[in-house]
Amino acid sequence: MEALELARWQFGITTVYHFIFVPLTLGLSVLVAIIQTFWYRTGDERYKHLTKYFGKLFVIVFTLGIVTGIVQEFQFGMNWSEYSRFVGDIFGIPLAIEALMAFFMESTFLGLWLFGWNRLSKGVHLLSIWLVAIASNLSAIWILMANSWMQVPVGYEIVGGRAELSDFVAILLNERLLVQMPHTIIAGFVTGGLFVLGISAWMMYRGNQVQTFKKSAQIALVFTAVASLLTATTGHSQAQDTVQSQPMKMAAMEGLWETEQPASFSLFALIDQENRTSMREVRLPYMLSVLAHNNATSEVKGLNELQAEMEEKHGEGNYIPPVKTVYWGFRVMVGLGMLFIFTSFFGLYLWWKGRLETTAWYHKAVIGVLFLPYIANSAGWLVTEMGRQPWVVYGLLLTSDGVSPTVADSSIWISMSAFTLVYGLLAAVAFYLIVKYAKPGIPKGKEESGDSDGKESEHSDAFAY
Amino acid sequence: MDFQLIWFILIAVLFIGYFFLEGFDFGVGILMPFISRDDTDRRVCINTIGPFWDANEVWLITAGGAMFAAFPHWYATLFSGFYLPLLLILLALILRAVGFEFRSKVNKIFWKRSADHFIFWGSLIPAFIWGVALTNIVMGLPIGEDMNFTGGLFGLLSPYAILGGVASTTVFTLHGALFITLRTEGPLMERAAKVARIMWIPAGILLMIFALLGYRYTVLFDGLGLVPGTIPALTIISFIAGYFLLKKERFSWSFAATGATIVMGTIVAFEGLFPVLMPSTLNPDWSLTIYNASSSELTLTIMSVVAIIFLPLVLGYQIYSYYVFRKRVTRDSIPTH
Repeated sequence: MEALELARWQFGITTVYHFIFVPLTLGLSVLVAIIQTFWYRTGDERYKHLTKYFGKLFVIVFTLGIVTGIVQEFQFGMNWSEYSRFVGDIFGIPLAIEALMAFFMESTFLGLWLFGWNRLSKGVHLLSIWLVAIASNLSAIWILMANSWMQVPVGYEIVGGRAELSDFVAILLNERLLVQMPHTIIAGFVTGGLFVLGISAWMMYRGNQVQTFKKSAQIALVFTAVASLLTATTGHSQAQDTVQSQPMKMAAMEGLWETEQPASFSLFALIDQENRTSMREVRLPYMLSVLAHNNATSEVKGLNELQAEMEEKHGEGNYIPPVKTVYWGFRVMVGLGMLFIFTSFFGLYLWWKGRLETTAWYHKAVIGVLFLPYIANSAGWLVTEMGRQPWVVYGLLLTSDGVSPTVADSSIWISMSAFTLVYGLLAAVAFYLIVKYAKPGIPKGKEESGDSDGKESEHSDAFAY
Repeated sequence: MDFQLIWFILIAVLFIGYFFLEGFDFGVGILMPFISRDDTDRRVCINTIGPFWDANEVWLITAGGAMFAAFPHWYATLFSGFYLPLLLILLALILRAVGFEFRSKVNKIFWKRSADHFIFWGSLIPAFIWGVALTNIVMGLPIGEDMNFTGGLFGLLSPYAILGGVASTTVFTLHGALFITLRTEGPLMERAAKVARIMWIPAGILLMIFALLGYRYTVLFDGLGLVPGTIPALTIISFIAGYFLLKKERFSWSFAATGATIVMGTIVAFEGLFPVLMPSTLNPDWSLTIYNASSSELTLTIMSVVAIIFLPLVLGYQIYSYYVFRKRVTRDSIPTH
């Protein structure tokens, strides 16, 4: 492998890994804040125990999101220096604002929340966790702004071989940002919601503090039901935008080689990229036209025609992304999304029937679903990022032109191996810790009584190291 | 005043803040194994920086983001040029954070020993490499016409650069020792003070050698001649003052003195380089300066507005957090498992 391919693999590995923890952080921070708000408003100690219980799990997840995030920021300069020079004028702004506006707030108030249980007033303490949740989601908005610009560059002009900012407002209101940001953040809410729901179901299944975990399950159900529906609708808007702004990606998502009018939606196909065909297809007539343009008869362009257009515009080259990955990534994401909607609405139905805490098979099923959002999230990003190839900035800069020219292959081998090794170790540690802290549930004797905390010494810090 | 100058100063401020703040938490991490008699002592040490270290690290992340936005060429050249040293820093920071956060989550000897190693090496390695990196920059680097670093890893490990790394490690360790004296009490506090007292004189000699050789090996004094300016002089005076303040057990003043040494020392580097960001040893015309490496006027303007709004806010709540956790960490305050 040469430097370009190595650098791409390293970016892929570190990004997908980082993105296991980020969506969970986005959703879980909000849920912990909501549960603590219930405690603040009702004074019911069960919410306090739930806050601490899920708070401990949140900290484990948050830590890994943070440490893997630092790598992301520095990697642009390390492996993609030519890219950094080309986009710095624009791409650097959201990154810098993210750090200034969100990371400082997140880390400072997390410290206040963790160590401030007995030092801050209840109101300020509650405010701290809300600020952590808000900051986490703010940072997602800024990073998605940077990414959206790579998908659909706006507000720039090319000066001296690099993209210079010409209109900041255009970047803030990038149409791509307005469809991609809600979809990604709300997918994070689904991830957090299913995490809390799944663990609550696990505890109810084992008969651990059933009445307490029923409460967290109910909060998570409402949260997830709303969020999973919104993920679908925002995903639909994003797909419609993709038809307009990145037709090549849409054609790859569909494995559509020849232009069709009206266009049919592919349910299943074996993609043969070399011979530019799709075999053994199962297609739903008219459906792609509906998906793409909200009417049954519109034309959707195929990969072959788009390739010819690209060659005409940018010169010779292969502008077709890895179709197989994009095609299946899209199907995995959408299929799992449907499953999440079904799971949460079925839970609401059980709650309505008064059987939420007693339906053991549902509990088991939810514990299984708990692991799936990570696959859906990764699949979604693979579609977004692989579907843009061979461009790193769509239509402006090829990925192969963005790589650092002076970094040796051996250096990237070393760093890729080191990250893979350390990240693998961290994954094992995180999984072990989450299970260790989730499994015991909430200790007996803490459920109904209000003053179990009286035993804790006055100045003991619940979360201190 | 042009925007390039403003951003040069702001990024310098971010690095100064970073070295000052993370300086003491690196120091605490380096000293923890040596001044602790048992597990509770170690946990007291970690908890002295518990609520702060994460936010301290954000100063670096913000500096990185600001370099990317304001001087993209600086960001690109520095980070691709120092590829392997930066990799080491990143790995160290990852393992260190994991060590802090997860150490007390499992009550097993092997687990805690591993976390202790992560914390120690995770603090020592970045403290050392930052010194090496900064020394290399003020020595000048083989930067080509296309702004890319053309040297190799071993070129970065000259004896003088290593001396710079040892110097930064020493100052951070002293700074951390004094921070422990401010945040703990009893025997642990006394041991931290003792370490600082023992280390001070050899550290001072080391720094003196480093500073004197700076005339020969760095570009910093090119414009100055033999007599150093006010700030280099203050760097030395604050370090000496710290020793006498420590002897009188004026710990907070002594901490302020090592802090001043770090702040002034970093200013010397930035001031001495100005308006250069990374000097090229191959051809002075190929050096990266705040003008040829910067973003457009529009980008710098927007960034300035953002910084004016958010920097005071950030400072405000960070100071608030130090105020909330002003009480000393005692052995009794450490929760049992």
